[in-house]
Amino acid sequence: MAVKDMTKLTLGPIAYHWSAEARRDFYARIADEAPVDEVYLGEVICSKRAPFHEADLPATIERLERAGKTVIVSTLAEVMLKRERKATGDLAAMDAPEIEVNNAAGLYARGRRAHRIGPFLNAYNEATIAWMAGQGATHVCLPAELPGPAIAVAAQAARDLRLGVEVQVFGRAPLAVSARCYHARAHGRTKDNCQFVCENDADGMPLRTTDDRPILRVNGIQTQSECYVDLLPETERLVADGVTHLRLMPQAVDMVAVARVFRATLDRTLSVAEADVRLAALCGDTGLSNGFYHGTAGYRRIAMASAG
Amino acid sequence: MSLAELICPAGTPAALRTAVDAGADAVYCGFQDATNARNFPGLNFTPEELAASVAYAHDKGTKVLLALNTYPPAGKVDLWRQAADTGARLGVDAFIVADMGVADYIARTHPGIRLHLSVQAAASSPEAIRYYCENFGVKRVVLPRILTIPEIRQIKREIPCEIETFIFGNHGLMVEGRCSLTNYLTGQSTNMDGVCSPASEVDYARHADGSMSSQLAGFTIDCFGAEEKAGYPTICKGRYTAPHRPDGYYAFEEPISLNLSRLLPELIEAGVHAFKIEGRQRSKSYVRGVVRAFRAAVDDIKAGREAKIADLIALTEGQKQTQGAFETKKWR
Amino acid sequence: MTESSPVTFFPARLPGSGLASRLACLAVQPILLRVVRRIAARHPSIFARLGPHQTTDFLIDPVELPFALHLRPDPAAPILRAVPRDKAPRAGATIRGRFLLLLELVDAEEDGDAAFFSRDLEVTGDTEAVVRLRNALDDVDGSIAEETAAMFGAPGRAVLARLRRAYANDMHRR
Repeated sequence: MAVKDMTKLTLGPIAYHWSAEARRDFYARIADEAPVDEVYLGEVICSKRAPFHEADLPATIERLERAGKTVIVSTLAEVMLKRERKATGDLAAMDAPEIEVNNAAGLYARGRRAHRIGPFLNAYNEATIAWMAGQGATHVCLPAELPGPAIAVAAQAARDLRLGVEVQVFGRAPLAVSARCYHARAHGRTKDNCQFVCENDADGMPLRTTDDRPILRVNGIQTQSECYVDLLPETERLVADGVTHLRLMPQAVDMVAVARVFRATLDRTLSVAEADVRLAALCGDTGLSNGFYHGTAGYRRIAMASAG
Repeated sequence: MSLAELICPAGTPAALRTAVDAGADAVYCGFQDATNARNFPGLNFTPEELAASVAYAHDKGTKVLLALNTYPPAGKVDLWRQAADTGARLGVDAFIVADMGVADYIARTHPGIRLHLSVQAAASSPEAIRYYCENFGVKRVVLPRILTIPEIRQIKREIPCEIETFIFGNHGLMVEGRCSLTNYLTGQSTNMDGVCSPASEVDYARHADGSMSSQLAGFTIDCFGAEEKAGYPTICKGRYTAPHRPDGYYAFEEPISLNLSRLLPELIEAGVHAFKIEGRQRSKSYVRGVVRAFRAAVDDIKAGREAKIADLIALTEGQKQTQGAFETKKWR
Repeated sequence: MTESSPVTFFPARLPGSGLASRLACLAVQPILLRVVRRIAARHPSIFARLGPHQTTDFLIDPVELPFALHLRPDPAAPILRAVPRDKAPRAGATIRGRFLLLLELVDAEEDGDAAFFSRDLEVTGDTEAVVRLRNALDDVDGSIAEETAAMFGAPGRAVLARLRRAYANDMHRR
């Protein structure tokens, strides 16, 4: 089926403060083994982390492109400080690789030159997507909380304008960003004096309610879902509705194996039921959820009525 | 030149009249639907109520700003367009918007009416603000509550529009317009439905020792001891445990309100044009008290007198107040 | 919801059950009915803001009175009656606080959120119902308490004034 063959699997930018060495190893393995078509790099969450892995960026890009992957560099979600404005401006000035913009400051700097719209830019609807397309957007990643029927309308609108359309199908959902660093706060520090304590939590710092129910994850200034989003059962519907790219967010699990499960599902070499069992096994104790897609509480897991 | 306009909340027609009578330069309000970020039960205006309210406000020289500051999900954009058309017909003085599609529609369809950029758009840099000014003709930006006064002063030098800042009320911790916490627990979205910790999902339980716990959609948000002051049952003001914080702590922020009454002269000097009071969900009593207090303070400052600041602590969340990021970047 | 337990921390609580309570209820019943009918007739806009909670049963529990109040703000058949606490109906929502605070809230002389923050006001049951009732009453111009007192002429107004003074003094002492 032509549409299915066109569907691309992407790897989103690493949200956490993984060490430079961990990142090098991670992307080497992605380049060699992961059946993903496109990889997003760059620091999206905290501008203080960027210096730790910026130097490796050219080599990582080269490594991934040599393996046949398309590389896109993502910009910061929050732009406030001088260094954040400069980092955004510098990326916006690049000719290659492609960039994904996550803040209106990046849109301003990029002007009408081609760019992708990141999930933090709130492209919730067809009117906004049309506006963005008119300003040079070639591709849009929809917000994580958008429900299925709205995804279908947005995807159709984007396709009509020849934009690529991306939806996150795996990993913790981004729920909020703040100017305050909650990792630093948890350790009695301020953001300026954080000593990069977030490096200790490769999959985010878990928060539980006082009656001991897992609820959220803290990742520096970002708050994420406790559950991993899992839209494996919904992939066929997403593709039928016009979504062209499915995004996997890097978590501290075997991401090559995760990518293989999604690829096999798209290729129909693995049944959805079997794929979901394998994915659950890869994710250990972490709950899987698809509530946002089904228009209900994001943490919920809704059983799929048989896919159409 | 700062005019130190006072921008005041109105959740009902009676609250609007109260704000006008208490000395508001402008009031902001919304319709009874998802087109604004205070879509709470029993709150807000029908078109008929808004028509009468605009007449009342204009009669007293007060402007009316209509909040259309949520993000329409695909397929539902018409509701926001109709709200804008209705607002234009009723003669509102400005629209407060966040979504680019909504901003584009109003800029093209109602070019004679001012556009203000909502805090929900999270424009926190000169470049982001200029993007909205140059593309949609935005005349004023409502700044996120995350900037220090020196940062605001710097931004003012680099943008072509007016600045409005919050000076009192709810102290939002998350970048507005980028928060799906409520949707994660309840299935109702702040951005798309205009709700935050919807009352229909809130439960309070009283315990024998006099403590009270608050739950949102079955998740425990906080438990207040018998002698402890309480806060809203919002996720970002909840108490949680972390691996090295087993006793529970306010992971994001404690129940507390913003109060910048002592910083007004500095904000004016930094180039802030308008001061916003949060609280469309609050009572007339709150509106009357807070608007009167800030009216007197601003009038004092404009007349070159030292401002006498009324005590507003009783109206604050948790009966605590903060100057937040405005005072020091250590807040971050 | 966990089961509500007896209030232990509000001061000056009077017995809300037994013969005294039943007699007190009997005494105020005709007055309450007149009050609620009058308010419903004069302020029809309240009902739109109540939305689906026009038929919700509210239990308003003034801790220092010998009875609670049962309110069903149904425009077709409004109910406001005094009930002994041990005979209170199963309510959709309960609002509990000192009588004058509740009266000041009705009149928007006090801010409900502030009273909640300070723990002077307690809410249990359907929180949305309470929020809708609060917003509906807050949109009423003028004073429902004054209107009610005026129904009983000069003696009514005198009683209200005395209550308010007592409340103000009490708040001042706290």
